Amino acid sequence: MIRVDNISKRYGDFLVLDKVSLSIAKGAKVVICGPSGSGKSTLIRCMNYLAPHDTGVVSIDGVEPKNRRSCEAVRREVGMVFQNFNLFPHLTILENCILAPMMARKLTRAQATERAYQYLKRVHISEQADKYPTQLSGGQQQRVAIARALCMEPKVMLFDEPTSALDPEMVGEVLDVMVELAGDGMTMVCVTHEMAFARKVADQIVFMDKGQIVEVAPPEQFFTAATSPRAKTFLSQLQH
Amino acid sequence: MAFDSSVFFGALFSTAFLNGALVTVFLALLSHGVGILISIPAALYISGPPSLLRWLVKGVLGVLRGAPTLLQLLFVWNALPQFFPVFREPWFSPFLAAWIALSLNEAAYQTEINRAALGAIDPGQKAAGVALGLTRFQILRKILLPQAVRVALPSTANEFITLLKITSLASVISLSELMSVTSRAVATTFQFTEYYAAALVYYLVMVYVLVFLQSRLERRLVWNTSAAAAAPGMLQKAMAFYRRS
Repeated sequence: MIRVDNISKRYGDFLVLDKVSLSIAKGAKVVICGPSGSGKSTLIRCMNYLAPHDTGVVSIDGVEPKNRRSCEAVRREVGMVFQNFNLFPHLTILENCILAPMMARKLTRAQATERAYQYLKRVHISEQADKYPTQLSGGQQQRVAIARALCMEPKVMLFDEPTSALDPEMVGEVLDVMVELAGDGMTMVCVTHEMAFARKVADQIVFMDKGQIVEVAPPEQFFTAATSPRAKTFLSQLQH
Repeated sequence: MAFDSSVFFGALFSTAFLNGALVTVFLALLSHGVGILISIPAALYISGPPSLLRWLVKGVLGVLRGAPTLLQLLFVWNALPQFFPVFREPWFSPFLAAWIALSLNEAAYQTEINRAALGAIDPGQKAAGVALGLTRFQILRKILLPQAVRVALPSTANEFITLLKITSLASVISLSELMSVTSRAVATTFQFTEYYAAALVYYLVMVYVLVFLQSRLERRLVWNTSAAAAAPGMLQKAMAFYRRS
């Protein structure tokens, strides 16, 4: 589904990604973790060309976009959920959900609205459709952001630390939605520090450090028998 | 010398004053309209990465903002015809000269307002639009501009009030706007108070109609209830306006 082949990226002198390769199969649930500054968010942002990589290849479903138009086309197949939700504050919840399907998928308002309600129900928030984002709690906003991405009916969903900006009591409701989504067979790539979620949902943990992928392992193996010293240190710090 | 109310009301309801006020309003509206039309692409353009042409555009905007408006009016009216013979034709009226000068002047100020408004939007908004696969134009039209308008509206309305008063400078290039009508009436009768009071009434009415429209527009653009409660009312805005003037 997503193939990342030997990509590197610099911010000025700082090498954020150093020859990273990763392959994500259809239906896979991959959790990317690692210390801050390790390049996890940049890697996931390379997967929809939001942060263009300098060298290497990123292809989605076998397509490697060559220009802006094809980038835009590929992004419609890749949903993304951000740490800070990034809902459009001047639009209602419903309008947030129908904007892109109408503009980019050319659905009619009626079709887009029907679809929006379908996904808002799926994240258990359809009763808030006519409110504005600031009238909702953080957890509710993030669930709307998930619904907004799903309204494009993407083939894969990227989550960039979806619960990091939330109050602790709201983390659960967002993770529940993500677990349900995983249960429905969605291909998911998730940057998160929620290790309980990773253990429950992921079929692969990718551990990054200093712009490189240090270890790739199934959760059981990663949490009990990590091989790299850096991953061991990271895991021991999580226990405190 | 007592205040002669018949002179005051005579001036207030005279066609000369009414025409002067209409010239003032139309000049302000047309200049701000053109200024805004220029300023939106200008603001988008100068927000881009630095380049030689960008520095040049910024330089021109800097001159337009830095030079006194009176000088710009006189330059367009007196100096342009020296450089370009087309401006020596009879169609080049004081109104047209004032319109050109004030439009350019206003475009420079409005560009700054728009640039700041665009800059005030969280970069995450654009990222969200990009991630949804929208085109750059769709992101601009549906996501960035609606939010920027909300931010820019109070300063834009203030700018328009300032502009409405600045049109009085056009009296120096013999445009018959409200202030030159007033000056002419004073020059023949020396009844300063009555005519100045009549002009004052016109200016205040025009400004307050604007302040009222602004508050209506702002209320329409508010997109949630908490922000509506925090937005300043008409009275606060009028007071703020007087403190500044």
